[in-house]
Amino acid sequence: MGGGTQCPTMDLLRSEPMQLVQLIIPAESAHRSISYLGDLGLFQFKDLNSEKSPFQRTYATQIKRCGEMARKLRFFKEQMMKAGLSPSARSVISDDFDLDNLEVKLGELEAELIEMNANHEKLQHSYNELIEYKLVVQKAGEFFHSAQNSAAAKQREDEAQQRGEGSIDSPLLLEQEMVTDPSKQVKLGFVSGIIPREKSLAFERILFRATRGNVFLKQSVVEDPVTDPASGEKAEKNVFVVFYSGERVRNKIVKICEAFGANRYPFAEDLGKQFQIISEVSGRLEELKTTIDFGLVHQSNLLRTIAHHFEQWSHLVKKEISIYHTLNMLSIDVTRKCLVAEGWCPVFATNKIQNVLQRATVDSNSQIGTIFHVLQTKESPPTYFHTNKFTSAFQEIVDAYGIAKYQEANPGVFTIITFPFLFAVMFGDWGHGICLLLATSYFIIREKKFSSQKLGDITEMIFGGRYVIMMMSLFSIYTGLLYNEFFSVPFELFGPSAYGCRDPSCGDASTAGLVKVRATYPFGVDPTWHGTRSELPFLNSMKMKMSILIGVAQMNLGIILSYFNAKFYGNELNIRHQFLPQMIFLNSLFGYLSLLIVVKWCTGSQADLYHVMIYMFLSPTDDLGENQLFFGQKFLQILLLLAALVSVPWMLFPKPFLLKKQHDERHRGQSYALLENSLDDSDETELHHGSGSHEEFQFSEVFVHQLIHTIEFVLGAVSNTASYLRLWALSLAHSELSSVFYDKVLLLAWGFNNIIILIIGLIVFICATVGVLLVMETLSAFLHALRLHWVEFQGKFYEGEGYKFQPFSFTSLDTEDE
Amino acid sequence: MYGFEAMTFNIHGGYLEAIVRGHRAGLLTAADYNNLCQCETLDDIKMHLSATEYGPYLQNEPSPLHTTTIVEKCTLKLVDEYKHMLCQATEPLSTFLEYITYGHMIDNVVLIVTGTLHERDVQELLEKCHPLGMFDSIATLAVAQNMRELYRLVLVDTPLAPYFSECITSEDLDDMNIEIMRNTLYKAYLEDFYKFCQKLGGATAEIMSDLLSFEADRRAVNITINSIGTELTRDDRRKLYSNFGLLYPYGHEELAVCEDIDQVRSAMEKYPPYQSIFSKLSYGESQMLDKAFYEEEVKRLCLAFEQQFHYGVFFSYMRLREQEIRNLMWISECVAQNQKSRVHDSVVFIF
Repeated sequence: MGGGTQCPTMDLLRSEPMQLVQLIIPAESAHRSISYLGDLGLFQFKDLNSEKSPFQRTYATQIKRCGEMARKLRFFKEQMMKAGLSPSARSVISDDFDLDNLEVKLGELEAELIEMNANHEKLQHSYNELIEYKLVVQKAGEFFHSAQNSAAAKQREDEAQQRGEGSIDSPLLLEQEMVTDPSKQVKLGFVSGIIPREKSLAFERILFRATRGNVFLKQSVVEDPVTDPASGEKAEKNVFVVFYSGERVRNKIVKICEAFGANRYPFAEDLGKQFQIISEVSGRLEELKTTIDFGLVHQSNLLRTIAHHFEQWSHLVKKEISIYHTLNMLSIDVTRKCLVAEGWCPVFATNKIQNVLQRATVDSNSQIGTIFHVLQTKESPPTYFHTNKFTSAFQEIVDAYGIAKYQEANPGVFTIITFPFLFAVMFGDWGHGICLLLATSYFIIREKKFSSQKLGDITEMIFGGRYVIMMMSLFSIYTGLLYNEFFSVPFELFGPSAYGCRDPSCGDASTAGLVKVRATYPFGVDPTWHGTRSELPFLNSMKMKMSILIGVAQMNLGIILSYFNAKFYGNELNIRHQFLPQMIFLNSLFGYLSLLIVVKWCTGSQADLYHVMIYMFLSPTDDLGENQLFFGQKFLQILLLLAALVSVPWMLFPKPFLLKKQHDERHRGQSYALLENSLDDSDETELHHGSGSHEEFQFSEVFVHQLIHTIEFVLGAVSNTASYLRLWALSLAHSELSSVFYDKVLLLAWGFNNIIILIIGLIVFICATVGVLLVMETLSAFLHALRLHWVEFQGKFYEGEGYKFQPFSFTSLDTEDE
Repeated sequence: MYGFEAMTFNIHGGYLEAIVRGHRAGLLTAADYNNLCQCETLDDIKMHLSATEYGPYLQNEPSPLHTTTIVEKCTLKLVDEYKHMLCQATEPLSTFLEYITYGHMIDNVVLIVTGTLHERDVQELLEKCHPLGMFDSIATLAVAQNMRELYRLVLVDTPLAPYFSECITSEDLDDMNIEIMRNTLYKAYLEDFYKFCQKLGGATAEIMSDLLSFEADRRAVNITINSIGTELTRDDRRKLYSNFGLLYPYGHEELAVCEDIDQVRSAMEKYPPYQSIFSKLSYGESQMLDKAFYEEEVKRLCLAFEQQFHYGVFFSYMRLREQEIRNLMWISECVAQNQKSRVHDSVVFIF
């Protein structure tokens, strides 16, 4: 919500007046105009080509080009991620690239990078191959070496034993065969190589099957994971040597090796040759290593230069894509000389938009300026509230229920105060309030830092509502002082308690024998109430009555707002036959109850209000007896009851009949009505009449609708009032929970006189306070306050059937990442 | 047990059924196909597909696009979805899902064996294989010289092993043999799958038996048409038909003796569900038969989604996606080869 700080001060109650505007933009300055409008961010384009598929639109090729560039940028990003570089945030605003240059440049860079990668891959491939080769030579060398040793030992042994029976545990088949049948030794060949470990078992099995067991496979585990040359990934591998006899078997083995992705490497039996190979391989490995390193340095240099510009480029590309998408929404004139745009803008921005368009015309050296033309329309304009960082969160609360109809009375204005206040009624504890205030002021103080970085889901939410939480905490400090609660400990902040002992003997007794000795405690609840046996009945009665007063007040506000709405839209019918009876009905029942409460508080009467209310309906003519609060109460009650009874049919019947009459009249004099309408300047009446004359008037539907409305209001008046009792219930729960934690944890631990138990108790107390009271209770009180606003308050007047003003703006581009 | 799936199905199958129905909602619609058919270049197709569920898969492809890339990426999406579902599935759904891929496995085996017969490179062949039908030792197929070896070396480890019992011969492989092997395997596979679904019972059995019967009948007709004029004897032909389906057994007798397409037609027209398919074709024509069958299949597959609490939706979804990928392949081929007039020849609209 940056941008327009110099906007005129706004009345948040009504959304900004909007206008439908037609822009006729010469083709040559179109791109620049859209770009400037995007910078301004106060114009919502309408899609004039919605029936066309994306690639049939005028600027499809440009979008494709941009998409291609975006793909290249993603490729760079991926490469940078691989190289461990992050795009530098300190994006240098160097020379202004235009799109064509950027496209060429990106293409070049991509080609260079791809070539570099290919080279690197080739080198890496041969490097990995050499490493595997070296491993194979080493491991296989070990086989042969050990086999030879044992064979030699065996031979000696055999000679000593004069060719005794062949031992069973010969180390290698090869060696056994060599000994037993020297004639076959020539034909025995072998294949050596390396294979991924998880495949080795299947490999062995297939080998066995394919050759009917006529092979000997020797494997050895390579301890460290080896990089596979083909895939470039690290894998656990085994070195193997397969001994076989015969050429056909060899072909099979080779095929199987290929099938299993086993890399074969030649191997020399001769020991001297082996050493030669190893040293050769090591030499080449080193050469390759230096080449690869050099290549890597080169590559990372290139990537670093890319990283330097990356942010700027990607921003530019995103901007271009959004511009072309917007241009695609415009309709093209047949001559292709100019583009026609339609869209909504706030009336106050007219001059700004004209200036911007002017500037675009000048900057693009266009001969003709853009034509700015306001259209008359029957369409309902979008809703636009000019919010700032403080009010936006409250507006969000309202918007979550429904976007206000165009210029409907906005409950957001009242929500700013009533929402935190209702929350605080349920969350009254100034100690907890201070904790919340500290937490939220951390977010507010570091606002600049947080708003620039990406936050987690929950942090983001808390950060977004930081001002709401601040207001909530301030109000809960206030109500906490009223309730005189500080982590459920009472304080004598505003002077000494009004109550004292009748005589010195009662000592520290706090439950009985107290009399009023001083003037009434000046602010909030007297601290002496805390811990007494009559604490709960006293506080319950107080909070319950307070909840009803608050509720009736807020519901009245809601109904009054419906009056303002009706007046604003010039709807006399709603004022006379909806607002008035509703007002009378609510106040004759619950307004009267509120009056009784106030009277009872002021006079200190003992009257039973339940009794009064219930018998007001059951037997209104009976004598009130001891429950009489003031003179003439019975008469007043009968009057109010009659008023309430009258207002129900008043709500129900006149409106549908009057609507029908209006409709019939309009039909009879249709031509006349139209003429009158065309003379009428007011948008609203035109809108109303226009839509009314088109649609079929169905009396039964309207009547049923009105019936539902009436029943809902009448029943709602009772249930909504009862619903406000949640204020009392939650407040009670909060204070009881906190006193439980205080008494049963902290004081109990204190009583042991043991430092360790005290510390444990303190830790438990803090955890419980933070976890249950500060987090869970905040959440639940928040939700209940939300409900009271959405259902009980907004249900009285708010339609919320509008749609939001979504201007074309570049500021939102960066945030909608991926 | 009819009706009782509703009580217990969702314990194990509810999540996946929701998933598969969600996937199904992402299938391209007639409007999408209309737009795709109007595309001028493959880039247009990419641009259009990027607005659909295929978007993330095609997004990072560099611009000179090939038909194979499009098809490959689209198949990749299907495979990813399949793997996800298979991971989440419990018995018996996981077995059911595995059954779906056996058809591809058979095709892959045949592809590799034929390829090696014609001395193609194994790697190249592997790339052509359908990713759903891959198994560990598939590349080793190239080693085998005859059926017996094929079985003993490789296939004994795969789920296809039981299907092989009927075609183990020591004959060397040739084109004809391989084709017979494919059909024998397919027959055994379909029968096995059919039996498995019957064992599952309930709505699954009901719906799958309809779908599989259709599949079996279609294969019977195709075998008949393809074997007209070859040296395949009537008995051999008869052996390749699956032992279930609408045509079993009397229709098979009639098909087995058919000598030309018109005889097939008269044999098939006795069955009301196939009458409508054949009535669309003119006499002596068999080219359009495939499309007609596909259309009928798609219709039946879509109907499977009308009922809840059964596994047929998984089968249907996989088949519908495959059909969609075939459509995309055809459209992109037509666009790539500038044959746009033929676009509608082979595209089967799904909705």
